[in-house]
Amino acid sequence: MNRQRVFIRLAPWLFTIGLFVLWEGAVRLFNIPVFFLPPPSAVAEAFVQFWGPLARNSWITLETTLIGFALAVVFGMALGLLIGWSRTIYAGLYPLMIGFNAIPKVAVVPILVLWFGIGFIPAVLTAFLISFFPIVVNVATGLATIEPELEDVLKALGASKLDIMRKVGIPRTLPYFFGSLKVAITLAFVGSVISESVASNFGIGNLMLQAQAQFQVPLIFAGLVALAIEGILMYWAMAALERRMTGWAQRSGFAQA
Amino acid sequence: MAFVALESVSHSYAGADGALAVDGLTCAVEAGEFAAVVGPSGCGKSTLMKLATGLQFPRAGSVSVAGKKVTAPVKMAGMAFQAPTLLPWRTTAENLLLPLEIVEPYRSAMYRKRGEFRGRAEQLLASVGLGGQGTKYPWELSGGMQQRASLCRALIHEPQLLMLDEPFGALDAFTREELWCVIRDLHAARKITVILVTHDLREAVFLADRIFVMSARPGRIVVERKIELPRPRDLDITFTSDFTDIVHELRSHIVKARQ
Repeated sequence: MNRQRVFIRLAPWLFTIGLFVLWEGAVRLFNIPVFFLPPPSAVAEAFVQFWGPLARNSWITLETTLIGFALAVVFGMALGLLIGWSRTIYAGLYPLMIGFNAIPKVAVVPILVLWFGIGFIPAVLTAFLISFFPIVVNVATGLATIEPELEDVLKALGASKLDIMRKVGIPRTLPYFFGSLKVAITLAFVGSVISESVASNFGIGNLMLQAQAQFQVPLIFAGLVALAIEGILMYWAMAALERRMTGWAQRSGFAQA
Repeated sequence: MAFVALESVSHSYAGADGALAVDGLTCAVEAGEFAAVVGPSGCGKSTLMKLATGLQFPRAGSVSVAGKKVTAPVKMAGMAFQAPTLLPWRTTAENLLLPLEIVEPYRSAMYRKRGEFRGRAEQLLASVGLGGQGTKYPWELSGGMQQRASLCRALIHEPQLLMLDEPFGALDAFTREELWCVIRDLHAARKITVILVTHDLREAVFLADRIFVMSARPGRIVVERKIELPRPRDLDITFTSDFTDIVHELRSHIVKARQ
């Protein structure tokens, strides 16, 4: 029992190390050239060698992502509440939003560049656009699934719609909201990196594009790893926030087993 | 005039192909009376509750509560349902405070008197056998305990009218009988008007002063039966022949109503 618990704690590290070992072994075994698939050791070397630019650009990408994500949280929450508030607004906006969400965000970047020039702003906006949809949908779902009996209990007391929203709707939506943040933060990275690689002079996306132009394949992979690390850290932060804010919603033993 | 009066009420829900849920329904419940509504499933019992509390307004006929025509949610009704519908992010005692956060005059006093109201919630919980459980979250309580807490939430603002929609339907037989006694005592102590919707005939006969039997959809009252069994009633009464005779009589009405 106790040994199993220790093993579960170590599992993420073991699996990650296992993946790298497998990767290294495969590259050596099949003699894959470095410019095709560099082994982890070469990627680590590139990490050390290009530490300065990697750190600088990672920071820029992180900043861009977080600003876009913050916008998504504010607007996503607001729009979700609005949609959950009124059936008419829901009916009117939902098809528009689905259509909007179906547009590949890569295709929007040139328009953003046209409006704002290349660089920081299009990247922030792409991160925002790509990550706000799951937040809207989740907040609206939380509101839509209020138990009708509970609504009756409150209405029979003379509660206004605002009362019901404040006392039940919003608290009830929080688990959905915090759950969606985990999805949204990773999508925000996708958005900012897309925009950086298409239309920017800095950020990890741009760094990888330049590395590709100069055929520095280990550096491309180092960029990928840097992104993955940032993504994991942010996801972890969101998960911690979720646990802290809505512990009451996570009482099933299923997830903890 | 009766405390709750429905007069030749017909109602259908918007969108539902216009079929009537209740049709020509007339019934009257006196102040302080314990009324039970029984009938085949889908007969419009819950519609009756919604009409009497002002959550729905009839297409035809009139509904009045406490002598006034119902044109808005009545604001003085406590409700409890088959599901306890407690808020999982609040402790049990905080759940009880919910109605006080909405109904005047408590609402304005909430900020100043929160401590006092909390004490009241704890007291009410103790009166249904949940003493000291107020700090627990609802999901830490058993189903029967949650249902007790739900009853307390329906009563904390001292409503004049208590509406119960199959509140014991999901409980095991022993817990159910325990809660019958809880409700019986609450009714006796507070002299409030209770309307209980149920399909358990024994429950209805044990608790009620007056039973309404509804027909199949579209529902209306086919039989009104006064229960003259002496109060206070003990659970033993459910094994007497007087009691079972009434249950049998009601059963035959329901069987007819289902056809």
